[in-house]
Amino acid sequence: MKAKVYVTIKQNVLDPQGSAVQGALHTMGFEEVGKVRIGKYLELNLNTSDRAEAEARLTAMCEKLLANTVVEDYRFELEG
Amino acid sequence: MKFAVLVFPGSNCDIDCYKAVEDTIGQKVDYVWHTTTDLSGYDAILVPGGFSYGDYLRCGAIARFAPVMNEVVKAAEEGKFILGICNGFQILTEAGLLPGALRRNNGMKFICDQTQLEVANNNTAFTSEYNEGEIINIPIAHGEGNYYCDDETLAQLKANNQIVFRYAGNTNPNGSVDNIAGISNERGNVVGMMPHPERAVDQLLGSEDGKRMFTSILNAWREKNGAAVNS
Repeated sequence: MKAKVYVTIKQNVLDPQGSAVQGALHTMGFEEVGKVRIGKYLELNLNTSDRAEAEARLTAMCEKLLANTVVEDYRFELEG
Repeated sequence: MKFAVLVFPGSNCDIDCYKAVEDTIGQKVDYVWHTTTDLSGYDAILVPGGFSYGDYLRCGAIARFAPVMNEVVKAAEEGKFILGICNGFQILTEAGLLPGALRRNNGMKFICDQTQLEVANNNTAFTSEYNEGEIINIPIAHGEGNYYCDDETLAQLKANNQIVFRYAGNTNPNGSVDNIAGISNERGNVVGMMPHPERAVDQLLGSEDGKRMFTSILNAWREKNGAAVNS
């Protein structure tokens, strides 16, 4: 089973990288761009076919290591 | 008194910490590798700066699960003195020993510079040799030192007097909430800070204002152990 994990900075926490990219896009003439948030994308191959178990394990992975929930949110998708 | 300086793959301020202990207070000090599973012989633990595990994923995120960190948690519970500097501060927040997190500097750049710090709380084992409100000259060197905590946590930090250092005046270099440069846990035996006191222990280095952090720790340990002896 394949998991895709997305980690993003919380909406109420300043994302300096996102702000810099937003500024660059505006400079380039892409004025329609509002807020930009930069995050991380992780692909994990899981040796399991039990979807419920995979979800529980992924949640634990995100809470413990993959995201710092003080400043980041996470979500994941399972394929296969 | 005996100090441990933790060493992770990628630590690069471990030698500075070791030398600072030797040069400022002349106490015993050992390098302790991250796989160590016993810190019972140490009275104080220094978590040094650097780029542990390459700072992969997030600063301190992987180091926080090194075997030695279980022992650091135990030592914190036992009331031993723990000081995390720079990457060490990031590791202690990731480990949950200190509240909040360190974000990318708001100016996006890695900053290597002298900073003026205000001693916000001199009633700790780490700062008793300073005057409250004293301005001291300590260098920083970080790309991710922008301290963040939510409003509720900030109110708790203030109420419990856990803010130990602030960037003085209008000199906040990285966007930290409330100009915070260093904090303690509620009990006061764990301190984390982005600036580097171990790099400010001799005028040759540009400042010796960091010295008194080490003398403060030694004094606190002596008071706690009722010992005036140099051990």
